[in-house]
Amino acid sequence: MRVLESGLGELIQPPDLDAFREWNREKKAHGLVDKLMTEQEAISRFVYDGCYIGTELYGTVRCPMSLAREVVRQGRKNLRVAGQGVLELDLWLGAHLVKTLDITYIGLEVYGTSNCLRREVESGRVEKVVEWSNGGITWRFKATAMGVPFLPVRAMLGSDTFRYSAAKVVECPFTGMKVCLIPALILDVGLIHVHRADRYGNSQIEGISGFAFELARASKRLIISAEEIVDTEEIRRYPDRTIIPYYLVDAVVHAPFGSYPGEMVYMYERDEEAIREWVEASKTEEGTQAYLNRYVYGVANHQEYLELVGWERLERVKAAVEGR
Amino acid sequence: MGTPDYNPTELMICLAARQIPDGVTAFIGTGIPMLAASLAQKMHAPNLIPVFEFGGTGAILKRLPRAVGEGRTFYRGLVASGICDTMETAARGFVDYGFLGGAQIDPYGNLNSTIIGPQHHPPKVRLPGSGGANDVGSFCWRTIIIMRHDKLRFVPRVDFITTPGYLTGPGAREAAGLPPGTGPYRVVSTLALLDFDEETKWMRLLATNPGVTVEQVVENTGFELIIPDRVGQNEPPTEEELRILREEVDPERFYI
Repeated sequence: MRVLESGLGELIQPPDLDAFREWNREKKAHGLVDKLMTEQEAISRFVYDGCYIGTELYGTVRCPMSLAREVVRQGRKNLRVAGQGVLELDLWLGAHLVKTLDITYIGLEVYGTSNCLRREVESGRVEKVVEWSNGGITWRFKATAMGVPFLPVRAMLGSDTFRYSAAKVVECPFTGMKVCLIPALILDVGLIHVHRADRYGNSQIEGISGFAFELARASKRLIISAEEIVDTEEIRRYPDRTIIPYYLVDAVVHAPFGSYPGEMVYMYERDEEAIREWVEASKTEEGTQAYLNRYVYGVANHQEYLELVGWERLERVKAAVEGR
Repeated sequence: MGTPDYNPTELMICLAARQIPDGVTAFIGTGIPMLAASLAQKMHAPNLIPVFEFGGTGAILKRLPRAVGEGRTFYRGLVASGICDTMETAARGFVDYGFLGGAQIDPYGNLNSTIIGPQHHPPKVRLPGSGGANDVGSFCWRTIIIMRHDKLRFVPRVDFITTPGYLTGPGAREAAGLPPGTGPYRVVSTLALLDFDEETKWMRLLATNPGVTVEQVVENTGFELIIPDRVGQNEPPTEEELRILREEVDPERFYI
């Protein structure tokens, strides 16, 4: 297969699929093991300086915000981050924890460009930025999930998104058509928030699944936070809903309102006022640090964070759910 | 001329909504495309099937989504799957329209939403990046671009091709390996409706917005447009369009 073009971006972590197989054989429990623990324990055990890390879904939607805040609280630094983000990656950028980005989209959606991203990238504090499309990065997870080193796709072709990626264009040996090869992406750590999980890690999501299926299968360590911890009997009653099986999971954290100030479909709505508070604060370096001092460093854990936000407010976002 | 009773954003939303026929599938991104799709669904296109990249397909757009993954993107929807499914559906040719925006557009409809300035890293200005835009612009049959119209945005060359338009001209998309028969279809701007000449793939003026002259469009475009002998005029938003837009589509006034 002839390589016609190579992206200029660095392959942040070249995938080793055989090592990944060995890892999954040796380092993951293949039986049912109790993995229930706190945010503090999960982050201190599995997230380390310089690790290659990703979060699912978006910072305003079913996002592991309690885990993301704990990463900041513990000051894990020089993170190499893969993916797309709103509030969660903004927090990490705002706390100067990110060294390298495999970026698809980081912004504030309706509120526009991220000022934390701008400050960190334009100053060069984020040292490397490699571009991908949302489809592209998810298919990179999918390649890992399939246990193969790359996948051919028809996105990114002809663009600078390709030029500044680490993808390659080749001629397909079967059809002769040009395809873009995207390399498998193996995360050191993945963070996913779900509606319910049991203590072994079997996880179920309601509504859209985003890229939870793929990211879960492409992570060497996977931390699940769940709105609800259920008995395994509940899982066994609806096994068709299990999108993340226990053997992928290393830690299960009980995190009610874990996606707040984002939403959790069918459970609570997003808190617009709280999101706007971050949008405003993040406009300046001082505002960002003041916000982090109040909402992250200033509280010991997720429970204290929820108390700071206030139960009245949390009840309000619960009551705002529109139903099905 | 009296003061118009609508703003430029409302006008763009109405013009974009009118471009969407009933009974088609359309990939919808954050912002104005969501409003346009919602307005179209409530006006003339009740069977418009919105596709949102994180898995929502066929939602009833009762309330305006503020993020491409939130519950409103699959409210009473037909499918709640994931990003691989929606992108692969588009890759197989099932998605008719895709809506895109950007910070810059060039005469071939190439779009930039990644950086401003000559250097990739560190850049002068860092923008959010592709997100799903590159995928949408690669796979959807017809992409409709919605943008504010001025010389800083309509430029001879974009600083970065985040999303491919017709790249360097006729045949370039196909030569790059992109699916044949796809590409930019319309540009809805604050000043005009534009398309791309079939032969040259260069941007062409179709119709000016109410109260806008051809000269104003030319003055606010950073490259030479194809100006046909007959340039149409877009109808202003109707009272009904504005009522639905303000009362039903965006009562919280996120955008308008």
